[in-house]
Amino acid sequence: MRILESYLKSYFIVKTKRPVNLDIGTIKLPITSYVSILHRVSGVVLFLAVALMLWVLDMSLASEQSFQSLKECLSSPIAQFVIWAALAALAYHVVAGIRHLIMDLGVGEDSFETGRRSAWLVVVVAVVVIISLAGWVFLW
Amino acid sequence: MVSSVTSLGRSGLSDWLVQRVSALVMTAYIFFMVVFFVINPSPSFEQWQALHGSLAMRIFSLLTILSIAAHAWIGMWCVLTDYITVRLIGPKATPIRMFLQLAMIALILFYVVWAIDILWGI
Repeated sequence: MRILESYLKSYFIVKTKRPVNLDIGTIKLPITSYVSILHRVSGVVLFLAVALMLWVLDMSLASEQSFQSLKECLSSPIAQFVIWAALAALAYHVVAGIRHLIMDLGVGEDSFETGRRSAWLVVVVAVVVIISLAGWVFLW
Repeated sequence: MVSSVTSLGRSGLSDWLVQRVSALVMTAYIFFMVVFFVINPSPSFEQWQALHGSLAMRIFSLLTILSIAAHAWIGMWCVLTDYITVRLIGPKATPIRMFLQLAMIALILFYVVWAIDILWGI
């Protein structure tokens, strides 16, 4: 029993005596950190938003009637805001994700300065896309 | 050392690759949808149904939901094992994290089954 227990523990437990060399709460974070944290936050939001997207897909394809009632539902400002918020999270996550993919190809990872610049570029591109999405969603 | 038993591929390198391949599939799907809505800003039900009823589109959508499943599994594993730790939230962290990981996996499976039900019910 003890052997089984320690075996399971070694699998499931993040060992507690790891060296801690940074306390993130006490240091001023660069733009790259905020872009990274927001990538995580938007990812978690999107994981839950998949339910919304599947519901929309389901309604849009189940029948002609459900397609029409979805259209009606999506004409209300509250529904539009929810859809826009989900699309905004998606847009940000994709733009920040593409930055990662480009860096994986070895581009723009030569110095902290290029990393900082591409992080700002992510913010600018994401804001432009999210504003354009508002124009599409609230005016459809 | 962080346990790899609840990660998707049991290895960081495999998870790293799966995360990128699934990202490319989902990005392709998003760009396809953007182009579709630029060409057809307000599709009729018949148009929309014809698009999703085709075998090619069903496969594309299926690949995308499978990519979402793998990508979310890996991403949520990273977030949970980074923040739901004994150091950050105390001794109850391990059972809480295990519960959240199981809930996360259950939700992913639910999404996949639901998506298949939608796509093959057209």
